[in-house]
Amino acid sequence: MKMPEPDATVLARRREIARALNAIVPGEGVIADRDELAVYESDGLTAYRQRPLIAVLPETVEQVSRILAYCNSEGIKVVPRGAGTSLSGGALPLADGVLLCMARFSRILDIDFANRCVVAQPGVTNLGITKAVESEGFYYAPDPSSQIACTIGGNVAENSGGVHCLKYGLTTNNLLGLEMVLIDGTVLRLGGKHLDAEGYDLLGLMTGSEGLLGVITEVTVRILQAPETARALLFGFPTNEAGGNCVAAIIGAGIIPGGMEMMDRAAIHAAEDFVQAGYPLDVESLLIVELDGPEVEVDDLIARISAIAANCGAVTSRASESEEERLKFWAGRKAAFPAVGRISPDYYCMDGTIPRHRLPEVLKRMAEMSARYGLRVANVFHAGDGNLHPLILYDANNPGELENAEAFGAEILRLCVEVGGVLTGEHGVGVEKRDLMGTMFSEADLAQQQRVKCAFDPDSLLNPGKMFPELHRCAELGRMHISRGQIPFPDLPRF
Amino acid sequence: MTGIFRPESARQVADAVAWAAAEEEPLEVLGRASKRAFGRPVQAGQGLELSGLAGITLYEAEELVLSARAGTPIAEIEAALAEKNQELAFEPPDLGPLLGGEAGAGSIGGVLACNLAGPRRIKAGAARDHFLGVSAVSGRGEAFKSGGRVVKNVTGYDLCKLMAGSHGTLAAMTDVTVKVLPAAEKTRTVLLLGLDDDKALAAMTRALGSAHEVSGAAHLPAVLAADSEVSYVREAGGAVTALRVEGTGPSVEYRSAALRRELADLGESEELHDRNSAGFWQEVRDVQPFVARPECLVWRVSVPPQAGPAVAGALAQGQDALAYYDWGGGLLWLALPPSKDGGHAALRAALSGCGGHATLIRGPETLRAAIPVFQPQDPAMAALTARVKDGFDPRRVLNPGRMVAGL
Ligand SMILES: Cc1cc2nc3c(=O)[nH]c(=O)nc-3n(C[C@H](O)[C@H](O)[C@H](O)COP(=O)(O)OP(=O)(O)OC[C@H]3O[C@@H](n4cnc5c(N)ncnc54)[C@H](O)[C@@H]3O)c2cc1C
Repeated sequence: MKMPEPDATVLARRREIARALNAIVPGEGVIADRDELAVYESDGLTAYRQRPLIAVLPETVEQVSRILAYCNSEGIKVVPRGAGTSLSGGALPLADGVLLCMARFSRILDIDFANRCVVAQPGVTNLGITKAVESEGFYYAPDPSSQIACTIGGNVAENSGGVHCLKYGLTTNNLLGLEMVLIDGTVLRLGGKHLDAEGYDLLGLMTGSEGLLGVITEVTVRILQAPETARALLFGFPTNEAGGNCVAAIIGAGIIPGGMEMMDRAAIHAAEDFVQAGYPLDVESLLIVELDGPEVEVDDLIARISAIAANCGAVTSRASESEEERLKFWAGRKAAFPAVGRISPDYYCMDGTIPRHRLPEVLKRMAEMSARYGLRVANVFHAGDGNLHPLILYDANNPGELENAEAFGAEILRLCVEVGGVLTGEHGVGVEKRDLMGTMFSEADLAQQQRVKCAFDPDSLLNPGKMFPELHRCAELGRMHISRGQIPFPDLPRF
Repeated sequence: MTGIFRPESARQVADAVAWAAAEEEPLEVLGRASKRAFGRPVQAGQGLELSGLAGITLYEAEELVLSARAGTPIAEIEAALAEKNQELAFEPPDLGPLLGGEAGAGSIGGVLACNLAGPRRIKAGAARDHFLGVSAVSGRGEAFKSGGRVVKNVTGYDLCKLMAGSHGTLAAMTDVTVKVLPAAEKTRTVLLLGLDDDKALAAMTRALGSAHEVSGAAHLPAVLAADSEVSYVREAGGAVTALRVEGTGPSVEYRSAALRRELADLGESEELHDRNSAGFWQEVRDVQPFVARPECLVWRVSVPPQAGPAVAGALAQGQDALAYYDWGGGLLWLALPPSKDGGHAALRAALSGCGGHATLIRGPETLRAAIPVFQPQDPAMAALTARVKDGFDPRRVLNPGRMVAGL
């Protein structure tokens, strides 16, 4: 992975920069000691490591604004960081960059049940929001598996999803407002407690922008009253085709379950060995379907979906009869990543999305690749929305195996694009998929995206080296090469 | 306008815009021109009408996805979806009659460009939330795409969001992909009768804060309820507060009964079933109460739900204002008598305390040219907006002045 060449003059100014930052954030808020910086050297994508020049932990919006204005005027790169759980290297530090850690922004500012929203600082964890409102029966719907650790600011930056997003939407669908700071220190407010933007939907643009457009300093999200009941169904199928067909048939019947997750044989076995969730071991494909709502609705849908599954050839079919049993059905799925971690020294988690009906074909070709690369793969899958998480098993201690796993992963993602899908469903491009952007986007597509970046950060100081395979200068991107008289009057239908 | 280009391919759209950019000749970008009277009047020598780009190009019901050329009539899309018991869950309003035109005349591109959404906005989101992919031609005359055909997608910036609500000022969309959803099997609407605005707000807040998945919460004062074509509403004899539940049969019956029981302390309630319920929400969605009052200026005001009645109250002072609420109090439809500033100053002042935005949806062209139709922005936001515009359309040839004077 090639990162932008570190700027030697910035590297040489390290102590001076630390002093300047210390004038803004006094005391322990500035970390410049090489050893102390080690904890920040990677995010959730641990294959890539880099210590930052300096880490700074501001506590107020004013400090963030002053830090950014200082870095902007001095031409110093900045990498924002929440909890560092990104799986795409989005928060990977730069050798010549300041790491801006938002961990101290950890307060809930306003719980507004009447307007059904919460205003929080960006360092509050995803689960922290639900915890703050659950006494009144409310919760925050998007639930990434990392929800105990990841921050709401990171969720916005990555547009994170979770198993309940099929019915309740992703971060972007549950976000009402932001306060953010531009690289020049300008503080902006987008949205609020009301719906929809007054001008361009910059709130929507910021969501999933991976820390490249601005630093989020406050978040307003929508909260919902928790459903009265939830029950889960567990189905086993003899083939992946049958499992895939069942998912299509459920949605075809007009049912959008609260969650719908699938696992392949390798993932089922790893999970069952790890947590003994009671999964059948003689099936190729396992489907967990969660229904939530009033009891009458849940019972009705359980009957209907069970009939659909039987029709699709389910050989195992169970409905949870208690809350413990529901959680047990989920336990294996939720522990799938660590379970795979137990059977292999390292694993590499991919995140492509495909049109759902291409699943059997994609799994088949993945199995062929697995044989060709000599690396095992286990699959967990947000089945309802076609988001695949193939986990490639490898051992970083074997020379060349990491590179081999990366090549395998890249081939899987190219396959996702080939069948009409995308490179990343929820983990972000980061550094990981940066160089694959060209498989999905043309030069013109990427140039247009970068012109948006230029509107926010003209010198490309915020999180450079992420998302875009090449950095173009804004002046060059903005230039237009046509002038009067060069293009003939278009010959098109007119009236 | 001296002429209208009517391209039949994305290529031709690019040709027309490239020419316009080279000549610095502004274009008025139109879908099927049903919402021309919405926004500030555009000063453009040429029109660029996308109605020639029509037709559904992909519809996979089981994948919940539909792609169409941007100029496809929304009616054609809704009909295709209805055949498979599906719908655009954001309930795109048909503003045709409100704006003095025909019903059913809009295009999918126009619906997305205006980011319109109906009563189900509170549960299902707006057009922006269902907009998965776009191909468009920027003001530079360059074709680009963003997004895709799948719901879970974070590959690159979400430019669909920027297109939604940009009113054709950033790019001319040529092809769009939207998420579609199954239509509810059953719908019921609980009507609470005779509540004043504050009590109605309390009722809607309790309903929306419950687990009953309310998908519509509106309040019509007596004078507007009396105009409804739904007899139960018309003959209610007072204000009507409506709460909609949708879903499977047993669930809807259970939830509507639960709402009536839980809100019994607020007085009498009624229930609308499928056809009446659909008719009522269509009226709310399409701003029907103000269609028959063509002389009034119509504002659409989005506020924190609890601020709804206060904002309406502040405006009603000393003038003949009419208002009704959707989105549980968060959307205020306001009709004001014609005036020199259209009530804009008082409205902006009323919003300054609580946050939110007001858009003049219907008003004479001279007024729309004279006052800010959209919520004015502070200098920092205005500067960023201008930089975003220039990133797409540096010569400002696409719908110049549509949203902001000079932009
Ligand atoms: C075990 C595990 C399970 C996971 N499961 C899921 C899952 O189910 N669904 C899912 O979507 N993701 C999942 N993830 C990925 C990850 O948790 C999410 O992307 C999460 O939103 C990242 O939040 P964070 O606070 O850790 O952000 P970080 O990793 O610190 O940063 C992520 C990106 O956001 C930017 N950023 C962070 N804070 C700010 C801010 N305040 N302002 C501007 N930019 C900022 C960073 O620059 C970086 O680009 C999982 C990760 C792990 C390790």
